[in-house]
Amino acid sequence: MKKLSFTFYFLLFTLIINAQNVNMADAMKENGKIYVVIAVMLTILAGLVLYLVRLDRKISRLEKNK
Amino acid sequence: MRKSWWKILGVLLLVYTFIAGLLIEVPRNPQLQETIRNLFFHVCMWFGMMILFIVSFVRAIMYLRTNNHIHDIASRQYAGVGILFGVLGYITGAIWMSYTWIDSNKSVFNSFDTIAREPKLIGAAIALLVYAAYLVLRDSIQDIDKRARIGAVYNIFAFAMLFPSIWIIPRLLDSLHPGGSEGNPALDPGSASANMRLVFYPAIAGWTLIGVWIATLKIRMKILYEQKLSQ
Repeated sequence: MKKLSFTFYFLLFTLIINAQNVNMADAMKENGKIYVVIAVMLTILAGLVLYLVRLDRKISRLEKNK
Repeated sequence: MRKSWWKILGVLLLVYTFIAGLLIEVPRNPQLQETIRNLFFHVCMWFGMMILFIVSFVRAIMYLRTNNHIHDIASRQYAGVGILFGVLGYITGAIWMSYTWIDSNKSVFNSFDTIAREPKLIGAAIALLVYAAYLVLRDSIQDIDKRARIGAVYNIFAFAMLFPSIWIIPRLLDSLHPGGSEGNPALDPGSASANMRLVFYPAIAGWTLIGVWIATLKIRMKILYEQKLSQ
């Protein structure tokens, strides 16, 4: 029993250690550079949406002119 | 622009996904690290694909009931955009796996023999190929009525193939994906934190709405084209 609980605590301990050592983009959030990524992604999204809107308008115009 | 409130909603949901998806607190998973945020992009592609295929299936049935060619065109275009989403899901999955699933003792190329056994990859490949065959079959028939009827019937078969290939078999076998043989992938409350689901569900809706928008544009274009031909 003692052995088992020892193994359990050891496992728990390594899990906690691991959880703290997981490399995340913490630095990126601290110095704000993650916002650069968001800006790039939003620009691409805006470009694609603009393209769709223009296409939609064009098709609407064609539908009216037929 | 026609009936645009849901298009605006879709765009707003995607803007929210892009901002919140990168900024919210995510679980610190030692294997995934920050790539866990791919849930809002990669997984949403597959959800969008399933929803678009369901719409395609419904329009195929509507064609068979009414013989209205608009349903046939719609069914074809929804399937096309669904395949696009599936291919994007495959590509994004390939990028994601080469950073999280590879055996660190081997090269990416040599780890592929274990990854290729992943049932979800095989199932999704079968589903996409079955739908690709739908496009080939429908578009290769010249007669417009025959094309629509055979296409619609095959579409129903293709949809039936989705059940074993992406909904049943991957749930029965062990998998590298979360929720392999013991549960529901992606929608299982255990595999995504409450925080993440706050972004995940709007992301599914946003991506799907964009897919529907693209499909409606293609449908309207095809209808214009057919009218031009018949003049």
